[in-house]
Amino acid sequence: MPSTPEKTRAPAPESAAPERERPRVRFARLRDLALIPAIIVIAVVGQIVHPIFLQGDNLINILQTMSEISLLVMAQTLVLVAGKMDLSLESTFGLAPGVAAWLTVAVGSGAGLGVLSGAWAIPITLAVGVLIGAINALLIVRFGLNGFIVTLGMLIVLRGLLTGISGGQTFFNLPPSMLYLGSALWLGVPASIWLCLLLFAVGIVLLGFTRHGRALYALGGNVDAAKAAGIRTDRVLWTVLVGASLLAALGGLLLSGRLASVAAAQGDGAIFTVFAAAVIGGVSLNGGKGTMFGAFTGILLLYMIQNVLTLAGVPAQWIQALNGAIILIALILSRLTGGKVQD
Amino acid sequence: MAADQTATPLVEAVGVTKRYGETVALDRAEIRIMPGRTHALVGRNGAGKSTLVSILTGLAPPDEGEVRFGGESAPRLADRDAWRRRVACVYQKSTIIPELTVAENLYLNRHDLNRFGLIRWNALRRKAAALLATWSVDVDVRLPAGELDVEQRQFVEIARALSFGARFIILDEPTAQLDAAAIARLFTRIRTLQEQGVTFLFISHHLQEIYEICDTVTVFRDARHILTTTVADLTHTELVAAMAGEATGLTTAPPRAAVPADAGVALDVRGLSYGDTYREIDVQVRAGEIVGLAGAAGSGRTELAETVAGLRAADSGTIEITGRRPRPGSVPDALAAGVGFVPRDRHHQGFVAMMSIADNATMTIPEQLGEAGLISGRRRDRLAGALIDNLAIKTPGPGLPVMGLSGGNQQKVVMARALASDPRVLVLITPTAGVDVKSKEFLLGKVEETAAKGSGVVIASDELDDLRLCDRLLVMFQGRLVAEMASGWHDHDVVAAMEGVRLDALDA
Repeated sequence: MPSTPEKTRAPAPESAAPERERPRVRFARLRDLALIPAIIVIAVVGQIVHPIFLQGDNLINILQTMSEISLLVMAQTLVLVAGKMDLSLESTFGLAPGVAAWLTVAVGSGAGLGVLSGAWAIPITLAVGVLIGAINALLIVRFGLNGFIVTLGMLIVLRGLLTGISGGQTFFNLPPSMLYLGSALWLGVPASIWLCLLLFAVGIVLLGFTRHGRALYALGGNVDAAKAAGIRTDRVLWTVLVGASLLAALGGLLLSGRLASVAAAQGDGAIFTVFAAAVIGGVSLNGGKGTMFGAFTGILLLYMIQNVLTLAGVPAQWIQALNGAIILIALILSRLTGGKVQD
Repeated sequence: MAADQTATPLVEAVGVTKRYGETVALDRAEIRIMPGRTHALVGRNGAGKSTLVSILTGLAPPDEGEVRFGGESAPRLADRDAWRRRVACVYQKSTIIPELTVAENLYLNRHDLNRFGLIRWNALRRKAAALLATWSVDVDVRLPAGELDVEQRQFVEIARALSFGARFIILDEPTAQLDAAAIARLFTRIRTLQEQGVTFLFISHHLQEIYEICDTVTVFRDARHILTTTVADLTHTELVAAMAGEATGLTTAPPRAAVPADAGVALDVRGLSYGDTYREIDVQVRAGEIVGLAGAAGSGRTELAETVAGLRAADSGTIEITGRRPRPGSVPDALAAGVGFVPRDRHHQGFVAMMSIADNATMTIPEQLGEAGLISGRRRDRLAGALIDNLAIKTPGPGLPVMGLSGGNQQKVVMARALASDPRVLVLITPTAGVDVKSKEFLLGKVEETAAKGSGVVIASDELDDLRLCDRLLVMFQGRLVAEMASGWHDHDVVAAMEGVRLDALDA
């Protein structure tokens, strides 16, 4: 206990101050890589549990299964850093491709109306995403409603809409354009993996190296200070909320393509995994803190663990309980290594 | 003064009126600030100082009148950059973003970009370091800004303001959260910057500081401009009279009746140690006695007071409250033993801003609020009503959230909370920080009144005005009691002892 935390004393510490603070700076940078050791440990454990774990096919399998939901994590990270939450992402994830399927799938195949040609499927999916984001932004930014409750309401409404248009059934016989991104192989690797990695790379650059990205941190950290610095906070929030919904719609499109169907429950409950991945990855629920890379490691870790559990032959009925436990353990570990109270 | 009339003021507000609903926050107010001056703006809470600041910084438009910079009309409100080139304000409330580094805070939204439009972090850090070096601010730019203390933060904010090109800086109660040494450093810096051509508008409740650092003073009262004059031409009494609107001098506390020798011991602290923060402290406070605990920040006075209140558990030693020993580190136990406590930072520990005055004031006495753990609203409001009357809190009723009150009245709520339980030992830490002169006198009067009713009082502060009414003054320095003074002490003796200086050595 060298001194009280209240104050540095006396005008002496000219040279002492920087030295005292250097280790903390290093640590702050390392925070970004905090999950890497855990990922390595899981990789080793996975290899011990089953020799197939580290083989290319299995790794691609892990990446592909997480690619769709990882876009939700990315979307949520943007929103969280800007100091808000968007619960409705999981419903957008289902509704956006759902509407596209509803309008393009031929009559007689599920609840399809067949009013538009298949080529419209992708534009419609993305447009629905933008529209939902715009509604969220309108209510939150323009009318100043509480973001948590607004998006909770939207989550329920959008889920209900999907159930309504589909009659609770699953859409089949999707147009080929909807299938392409979720099922195509580029250079022998699924297109959705390429897309996911590409988008995360863009996200890392966006959040870390552009003024627009840094504006999100400013906004989430201290709105008034952000305004005083000349950041158009309302416009930034609009962009973030619309962009997040768009990402969610794209994620939904990828999943529909992979499964060649849109179930009425697509995305149901995914938001919990999304939040868990973001928080484990170091993104603060209070805004202004966290990185895209951290969020990526968060979702990667969760899916690696799931894969290990499956390979270890854990009965499917138990996976969910274990998932919850893993999230809690990961939080405890990051509290222990991070040292700070999480918020 | 004659020269001032002819020269062009750097900043000028003319006939400014601002209304918020029914309230007139500024009524045809004016101020003229000449270049190179350090100009004081004083007035009691509600005099319109904050409103004037937001109009001078372009955050709010005046309803009538106008602001001019160097004789020219102010820029449009939307043109933030133009405003920032002319004026900057360092607020009491931080305008930095705690999660971002110092460097990024300095250049937020104007980062250095490379030709791909990406941020050049290394260049940004170098530029930030160079900026801080220019104004000799010794802070590591890679630190998250949230880790700075108040003093460093202010310096960083001043440097940021200067980097925009502004040479007019408003300091809104910059000394409220600083200890004496930090205030001295701040003043040194203000003087240096003034020599470099920076003009300051200095807002403070501490009149002494105005005499120390400012050339010109403007007094506002009840939303109006009262007077502007050079500081040297204005006596303390005149200044207070202008602020208060009545001729009340700064009270030199009337001599207090001596505490009877047979008065029992209310607080008995023996051999108390807490890490390196303070060691082997012995303090006895008798019933009816007011004991000052003077010391700079970091002297351990705050921690010692907090230990008595049960917020901290000492490593060794004992605390007895009228013969009873509360469990160390237990606030409920200390409360039950009869400790009333005014914490150091009212926003942080003093009240729950969104809860009502009644809820806040009665927070320490839940057992009196009703039967079986249920709260009777009527009983609470009756108790709170008595406290509001007793402390003359200006409010339409007990149901108003505390955040709707002025600083002085908020502090009265904190005091009410401490007094609600009829404490036998009242512990106060910097009880008048950031409140106006009138409220200050009132709060200290209440402290005397409490002592007169037979409570022992401990005031931990480095603010001499807080300590004047003490019967006895104990001075702490680096965790030890270094001096004890009877009332009637000289200011310079106390200040010297708090700074760990021996006056005879200084004189030599």
